[in-house]
Amino acid sequence: MQFGIFSVGDVTPDPTTGRTPTERERIKAMVAIALKAEEVGLDVFATGEHHNPPFVPSSPTTMLGYIAARTERLILSTSTTLITTNDPVKIAEDFAMLQHLADGRMDLMMGRGNTGPVYPWFGQDIRQGINLAIENYALLHRLWREDVVNWEGKFRTPLQGFTSTPRPLDGVAPFVWHGSIRSPEIAEQAAYYGDGFFHNNIFWPADHTKRMIELYRSRYAHYGHGTPEQAIVGLGGQVFMRRNSQDAVREFRPYFDVAPVYGHGPSLEEFTAQTPLTVGSPQQVIEKTLAFRDYAGDYQRQLFLMDHAGLPLKTVLEQLDLLGEEVVPVLREEFAKNRPAEVPDAPTHASLSASARRNTEVTAR
Amino acid sequence: MKLVVVSAGLSVPSSTRLLGDRLAAATAEAAPADVEVVELRDLAVEIAHHFTSGFPGTALSAAFDAVRAADGLIVVTPVFSASYSGLFKSFFDALGGSDPDALAGTPVLVAATGGTARHSLVLDHALRPLFAYLKAVVVPTGVYAASEDWGAEGLDARIGRAAGELAALTRGRAAGRPAPADDLAVVPFADQLAALRRTG
Repeated sequence: MQFGIFSVGDVTPDPTTGRTPTERERIKAMVAIALKAEEVGLDVFATGEHHNPPFVPSSPTTMLGYIAARTERLILSTSTTLITTNDPVKIAEDFAMLQHLADGRMDLMMGRGNTGPVYPWFGQDIRQGINLAIENYALLHRLWREDVVNWEGKFRTPLQGFTSTPRPLDGVAPFVWHGSIRSPEIAEQAAYYGDGFFHNNIFWPADHTKRMIELYRSRYAHYGHGTPEQAIVGLGGQVFMRRNSQDAVREFRPYFDVAPVYGHGPSLEEFTAQTPLTVGSPQQVIEKTLAFRDYAGDYQRQLFLMDHAGLPLKTVLEQLDLLGEEVVPVLREEFAKNRPAEVPDAPTHASLSASARRNTEVTAR
Repeated sequence: MKLVVVSAGLSVPSSTRLLGDRLAAATAEAAPADVEVVELRDLAVEIAHHFTSGFPGTALSAAFDAVRAADGLIVVTPVFSASYSGLFKSFFDALGGSDPDALAGTPVLVAATGGTARHSLVLDHALRPLFAYLKAVVVPTGVYAASEDWGAEGLDARIGRAAGELAALTRGRAAGRPAPADDLAVVPFADQLAALRRTG
């Protein structure tokens, strides 16, 4: 099972000091957080993609390419790549380039984006969000698998005799996750292609997450990719830890109370009761995360949101120390217990290349 | 048959709730029904949180389920600033936000209370368009009760007429009602692709 972190990339004032980091500071902080993730033994770093203030990561492959050059094991991913408003041709090119530079240590997660004005800014219409996701990904999927593509669709100019370069590393397309919180159409899309499905459950009650994942699992089996239990599932989570849980609550409450996403709403106690947010000791984080398996089944990727609500970089790095040293080792051990042998790990470039070679050998015979 | 009253009255006891109860009793008399009352006062905090957090709390979620499952709905609001109350509107904003078809086809009796009869057109100028937008079937007679109506003749007759209309529509709905739509129903991928080709 893979453990990692995902960053939204928001520039949020620290409510305890009133200080807002500059864009440069925030961008460099995201890089420092990614490097720390590798240092403490995490597997994945994913960056969001946004095209409006107060967010900085508009250019994910630039950032991930830079991080790739400074890491050795970390898998670089996105949370999410906007399949609706980006040109699928440019996604194919940018991420194939990243795949080569990172020696295959990357994958990506497709998402639609819910910021209304971004659609018209990029010449699209939010009401076509699902259709854009379906058509654009259908094209992207072909661009990585067919050397020469002739294509015509509803949303993009046609392509005649187009070759997306560079070709994917070793002829193996990057692994793709599809992220959606509420749309059964996206769970269906992930199932159809045999891709991964990521439910960013961090603001959602467990019963909703359970239903979305069950839908994806059953359709994954329907399309013949394996049993429902073999479908590739990822989940989010957000935590704030101190060794002593009262210290965690005391330190995080001023951040929680005014955070752009959940502030000024339900209390910290209500929110932690109803959603995956955990504010407490490493042991509490372990217990809550292990319970995800009760409703999601054995899954492949767990990403935590750690750099949220305006927390200063120093605090986030301390959080990553706790996550890497005290939480994830226990989670690895516990999630491995009673995990059926037929439940696969998340695909990586190595595993996908190996199975592509096996298929070639079978065909050659 | 399941009848749900949504009352936005704020005081306890409230004349808004009283009107809702009278309408429910008269409807159940015309067509036997289980009556459930949703008091928005008790849900006020969860309704506000729904706007900031994006998902309904436990009690609000149960209220949404009740309203969605209703064969007939009686909605009653006090008149504030020449319209329905903000709490009343917020409940239906939250409901429609999480499920735009929650009330599609549901027979609804609209009712309101106020300090003066001069606001009675609130029924037709505010409530009726709101429920038309939500795709509900609004019964022809709405019931407005000003303070003086509680001591005058005529309210009983209006309650009786409106309840009779709701009962008639509700009977028909309970009989031929399709199963409630599954918000996570499968749309086969081949159909999604085909739909794009047709329009493209």
